[in-house]
Amino acid sequence: MTSETRDSINDIWGERTPHGAGQAWPARVDERVSETPERWVRGACVLCSNGCGLDIGVKDGRIVGVRGLASDMTNKGRLGPKGLHGWEANNSGDRLVRPLVRRDGQLREASWDEAMSLIVRKSQELVEEHTSGAVGFYTSGQLFLEEYYTLAVIGKAGLGTPHMDGNTRLCTATAAAALKESFGSDGQPGSYEDLDVTDCVMHVGHNVASQQTVLWTRILDRLAGPNPPKIIVIDPRRTFTAEQATVHLAPKVGTNVAVLNGLLHLIIQAGKTDPAFLQAHTVGYENLNRVVEKYTPEYVEELSGVPAADLRAAGEILANTKTLVSTVLQGVYQSMQATAAAVQVNNIHLIRGLIGKPGSGILQMNGQPTAQNTRETGADGDLPGFRNWGNPEHIGQLAKLWNVPFNKIPHWSPPTHAMQIWRYCEQGSIKMLWISATNPAVSLPDLGRIRRILQKEDLFVIVQDAFLTETARYADVVLPAAIWGEKTGTFTNVSRTVHISCKAVEPPGEARSDLDIFLDYARRMDFRDQDGQPLVKWHDPESAFEAWKECTRGRPCDYTGLTYEKLLAGSGIPWPVNEGHPDGTVRLYTDFVFPTHADDAETYGQDFDTGASVTPEEYKANDPQGRALIKATDYREPHEVPDEDYPLWLTTGRQVYHFHTRTKTGRSSALNAAAPDAFVQLSPEDAARYGIKEGDWVLVESRRGLVIERARLGNTEPGLVFIPWHYGSWDDPSRPRAANELTLTEWDPVSKQPHFKYAAVRISRYAADALPTPGLLGRAVEVARHLVSGEKERTSFASESGVPQPKTTQRVDG
Amino acid sequence: MHVGNYLGLVHGSEQHLVDALKKVAEHHGDEPDIEETCRLLASWSEKHLEHLGLLVQKYGESKNLEPANMEKALFHGPQKGSLALLRDLHDLWLLANEVQLCWTVLEQAAQALRDDELERVCQECGRETKRQIAFFLTRIKQAAPQALVVA
Repeated sequence: MTSETRDSINDIWGERTPHGAGQAWPARVDERVSETPERWVRGACVLCSNGCGLDIGVKDGRIVGVRGLASDMTNKGRLGPKGLHGWEANNSGDRLVRPLVRRDGQLREASWDEAMSLIVRKSQELVEEHTSGAVGFYTSGQLFLEEYYTLAVIGKAGLGTPHMDGNTRLCTATAAAALKESFGSDGQPGSYEDLDVTDCVMHVGHNVASQQTVLWTRILDRLAGPNPPKIIVIDPRRTFTAEQATVHLAPKVGTNVAVLNGLLHLIIQAGKTDPAFLQAHTVGYENLNRVVEKYTPEYVEELSGVPAADLRAAGEILANTKTLVSTVLQGVYQSMQATAAAVQVNNIHLIRGLIGKPGSGILQMNGQPTAQNTRETGADGDLPGFRNWGNPEHIGQLAKLWNVPFNKIPHWSPPTHAMQIWRYCEQGSIKMLWISATNPAVSLPDLGRIRRILQKEDLFVIVQDAFLTETARYADVVLPAAIWGEKTGTFTNVSRTVHISCKAVEPPGEARSDLDIFLDYARRMDFRDQDGQPLVKWHDPESAFEAWKECTRGRPCDYTGLTYEKLLAGSGIPWPVNEGHPDGTVRLYTDFVFPTHADDAETYGQDFDTGASVTPEEYKANDPQGRALIKATDYREPHEVPDEDYPLWLTTGRQVYHFHTRTKTGRSSALNAAAPDAFVQLSPEDAARYGIKEGDWVLVESRRGLVIERARLGNTEPGLVFIPWHYGSWDDPSRPRAANELTLTEWDPVSKQPHFKYAAVRISRYAADALPTPGLLGRAVEVARHLVSGEKERTSFASESGVPQPKTTQRVDG
Repeated sequence: MHVGNYLGLVHGSEQHLVDALKKVAEHHGDEPDIEETCRLLASWSEKHLEHLGLLVQKYGESKNLEPANMEKALFHGPQKGSLALLRDLHDLWLLANEVQLCWTVLEQAAQALRDDELERVCQECGRETKRQIAFFLTRIKQAAPQALVVA
């Protein structure tokens, strides 16, 4: 019955539609349905940050398939394996359909009124006794703009808590920080369309072939056409992306700043900077020059292991290319000196003047589809509309818009970042944590610690999700949420392109949209403005969108020219969209004026090594007044490095067939079958050294915890092991396998993004068929027991023996 | 000539700051940003102490004169908890300001002496001390509301 235009599992990117520079990217419509739909409903894909336009097929009130939207500027009809298959999760039999409330230690079904009354009573008690500083929100990169904005208003103007963030702190916080530090404001300078004409693409810590398959298709189509671009890839692993590279640099983990300083050094040495551009449109070049002077290829080789000749080859391309698109993602963001490294990529563009022109763009990528909106709306703690918490004018604008007292809006210091929110929970000063659409019990570093926090008696945990996730099992209240396809809203991809995604079917059981849940909370809490009117004046997605538009008026992310009607017309539209740009804006900074003026800037900046805030007075004393900021710093070694006890580097990442903590992709039969389990990727040299063969069970230990994984050999350097993260316990509780059992609690000083990309580990062959040593057995059983004890609602435990159950092995690991 | 007097003072203050930073890093290991940043800042002050070595050869060092009384025992050893962290950062800020003032005083002397090398060292070290102070202040501002109002 299932019909599909292509087998995306085995042919990830599909057929080529080659095109040359400057030609339009041809359409290719991908479709997969399980039955012939009765009708099609306009949507957009939320299974990676590309945000492809699509239609959702519906029959008998159920989603039965998807097809790509040929007219959409983002994908021209294409869909990746996750887009074509992920919708199956909506129809999964284990959706949450009623609220759950913990009674006598057990999660039991309750009515919405019982659940919400409990939350409201708890909120009021805590605010009364401890102020709103006892309440924290931890949201997602999965909700829609309207939901984030409503949450931001509730948190900032209703409760007035500074403790709001989301898992976007784990995926995209550095993108925002790097853009603010260089250009004064968030938002990508370039566009996906730059890829259609560029001479060179540089991917830094970004495995685009696996993570944004449709975007990679766009690049593959250029590579298959006339005058293809050169590709530079900086990634410690040989990924699908790296296989296509003109030059692949494979630095040791944690050494991005050294490599990027080296590339800047080479461009300057070659005399290929753009002095006129630097003079007219930037500040700080002299300091950069001074810092990178000593990063000769030989010195960089010493620090990073990248052969000097390879660095020279990449440097020569960068020094001479006429146009350049750079993309940056987790390999940079989740590592040492994240913001400093990401900013060095911006600097490559600035010193060569390759910005604001067709073919020259910077894409500081997002890990999640709607992460951009948490940043815009302030659901991640930033202020809505890219406003500056240090600028009283900006706070005043929000106070006026919301009609609340100036001091209601927390702005005394930067908003509390996620890692600090969890720390306050650990210490007990945050006593209520409301988690929406995310799964920190799998996605945060050092999971043993996170489980201990979630289990604390004095922390009231609310989890709002579609499934009983690893995190939801620890909750005091679980709220069943509608997901994509069951609610209407908009979201914005990394190319600033806004899409609408409509409700195609009713959510199962009593599940409600996140927007309706937040609106209900606001009503029950009776949040009011200064005139005694309800604070939240909207009641559905479209009225929320209209309210948001007012918040963006005159801001860099100006949505005022957008309407739902316009977004339904056949393509996403990139902001700003306003009177001056009714059809949107493909590329920012075409006039080379950046929002860095002290009155405009979203931040006054931070010290790259310490995170110390630059004061408004200091900033104003050197006001760049519209010029971009060139900032630089020296390389520093990671804090945890391999040693005698833990002699190997661990790095982590995503695979092509899974997304987030597999909450959805793990429930799609084909995606799950293609990547059913985690594994540990080893070099043949290391495997031989430890007596490990392909497919053997391997015990991987760090100072935080342990996992047991199957061995896969190849495509990694000796000394480095890789584990795909986000394999939790919901579908296999038999053994500890989440990579984050091993990762460390540490973060970038500027963006506060945790370091998932390196940890010191040791490995040993794990003989599942033989009796493990008592110490080992004890530890493994203890970890398994931890997982079990979190499982207060026991459901489907296949095995509690602590002995791993073999699963089929992975076919693709790029 | 009392330059040696202030060299002794800044030497003692920097050493005091290094010791305090290391203790704070150790005692507040549950706050990874505090631990790692304090270790980094301690390494800066240790570098300053190396610079001082050369200057002491030139100007001598006098540690037993009257201003030595200014070396107050600001840091009494940290305790756990959010208020303790705030107080420790508070003390680090005071210690670092002591250092900063010493560099300023010495820089004035360097200008009067036309000693470019001394002036350069004072400026370089002073800049880093300022960054240390900026970190303490930023972190204090972050921690204070929660520690005083909620915790």
